[in-house]
Amino acid sequence: MTPLLSVRDIRKTYGSHVGCTDVAFDLYPGEVMGIVGESGSGKTTLLNCLAGQLTPDQGQVVFGTREAGPRDTLQMSEPERRMLRRTDWAFVHQHARDGLRMNVSAGGNVGERLMAVGARHYGDIRDSAADWLGRVEISEARIDDRPTTFSGGMQQRLQIARNLVTNPRLVFMDEPTGGLDVSVQARLLDLLRGLVRDMGLSAIIVTHDLAVVRLLADRLMVMKDGHVIETGLTDQVLDDPQEPYTQLLVSSVLQV
Amino acid sequence: MSDYNFAYLDEQTKRMIRRAILKGLAIPGYQVPFASREMPMPYGWGTGGVQVSAATLTPDDTLKVIDQGADDTTNAVSIRKFFERTADVATTSKTAEATVIQTRHRIPEEVLSEDQILVYQVPIPEPLRFLEPRETETRKMHALEEYGLMHVKLYEDIARHGHIATSYAYPVEVQGRYVMDPSPIPKFDNPKMEMAAIQLFGAGREQRIYALPPYTKVVSLDFDDHPFEASKAPHACALCGAEDSYLDEVITDDQGGRMFVCSDTDYCESRRAAGHVGKDAA
Ligand SMILES: Nc1ncnc2c1ncn2[C@@H]1O[C@H](COP(=O)(O)OP(=O)(O)OP(=O)(O)O)[C@@H](O)[C@H]1O
Ligand SMILES: [Mg+2]
Ligand SMILES: [Zn+2]
Repeated sequence: MTPLLSVRDIRKTYGSHVGCTDVAFDLYPGEVMGIVGESGSGKTTLLNCLAGQLTPDQGQVVFGTREAGPRDTLQMSEPERRMLRRTDWAFVHQHARDGLRMNVSAGGNVGERLMAVGARHYGDIRDSAADWLGRVEISEARIDDRPTTFSGGMQQRLQIARNLVTNPRLVFMDEPTGGLDVSVQARLLDLLRGLVRDMGLSAIIVTHDLAVVRLLADRLMVMKDGHVIETGLTDQVLDDPQEPYTQLLVSSVLQV
Repeated sequence: MSDYNFAYLDEQTKRMIRRAILKGLAIPGYQVPFASREMPMPYGWGTGGVQVSAATLTPDDTLKVIDQGADDTTNAVSIRKFFERTADVATTSKTAEATVIQTRHRIPEEVLSEDQILVYQVPIPEPLRFLEPRETETRKMHALEEYGLMHVKLYEDIARHGHIATSYAYPVEVQGRYVMDPSPIPKFDNPKMEMAAIQLFGAGREQRIYALPPYTKVVSLDFDDHPFEASKAPHACALCGAEDSYLDEVITDDQGGRMFVCSDTDYCESRRAAGHVGKDAA
């Protein structure tokens, strides 16, 4: 099987400060990769480099495109990359307001990607939006309400619907459950797990919550000071961590 | 008066504006930045349109200025006087006699010809601004033809009102490429934009000029199941009986009396002079 995403030798510095460096991995179709590590370890920097939101200093991010097979997205023209970002890729931000249009109705938020790729039938767009609101457990009655009137958990679910409506193949998520109440987090995780399974999504999830990766991720990368220090199957890494830092990370969570 | 000061602006400034106009004509619907000058009138009074007119007028031209279809509003009168004084050009209220027409909020009813130029005053040239305030982003969207957001705006309209409620400044796609704000003309006027005359748009405060060469294809955006409609009040003009003109509702007394009359005063007067009579014509 060919990887959906092949990452090689990624490095991103901020001046003399290293954001992340020496990162390489393959992600296969249907696989979910978790990235964990303490604050400042370079998780967001790496994710943004992979998702085309930041330009790394060096490296390759090869994506298996539908039309032309494996392509280095860093060598693509900007229009191609932006097209990918609204079709086959999705990006779920930690803060829903960064990923939503707060002055546009829930239906308009979900419909935007459809319209961006050429949908021009209002009734069909609205039907898709209603369907997707249902799939993320938001009442269809809220379709014309703005996200400002939604709870934090609902906003996050709306952001997910807005991203998944075009059936992307790869979803990038940065702390998708961060800042939510514990019970709200649990519901969101459940929902995400269902969607990932049903749609056969591939995903890269950044989090510092090990419970999130335990539930969602097939594989895990542990980051420290911009480096990947340990990788492996999630259960393996969490149950039998090899690196002292990972052992510390796992044990500190178990104490909670 | 010396030629140097013809139409108020110095020759170098006019050349700069003409270059922007030519570039605009070469790329229909594209917003060309230009170094807007201070004019002896406040922004919002058509300084963009005035600068475009100043760069367009020649001593042989005949100028007409309208505001909401009328030649006699304060705004129209002051701009007309300005050019009478600074350019000494002939002026008229007759659409057919004008070679340059500066307008705010309307396209004349009378069909324009190839030897005419229509200059629009534009307050906000960027059609995407409503949903995307970042200029760096809107520029990229134009460059890459990413116009999905325009339909989000129309989607919101239908979701809220049951139909596309946008009735002014209704967005258009120009020659299959750029999406353009036609300035706050009523959408009734949109189909007229495919015309024989040259159309020039000037936004003073925003420092943008854009243009439509003659016979450019101009399509109003819509949905398959909510097609564009060039609507107007469902009445005939009370004064001239016209059924094909855009109407203003005017209050006639303090008992709530009102009537619908042509917003294009020249059109209405010409029809009445030719013997057409509406139901309220005394
Ligand atoms: N725009 C920036 N300019 C300079 N340094 C930056 C910038 N963004 C991040 N950094 C630095 O790069 C390192 C990695 O930051 P990054 O945001 O990727 O970490 P993170 O793992 O996502 O942290 P957190 O868990 O707090 O979100 C940190 O030392 C951070 O201070
Ligand atoms: Mg982060
Ligand atoms: Zn009339």
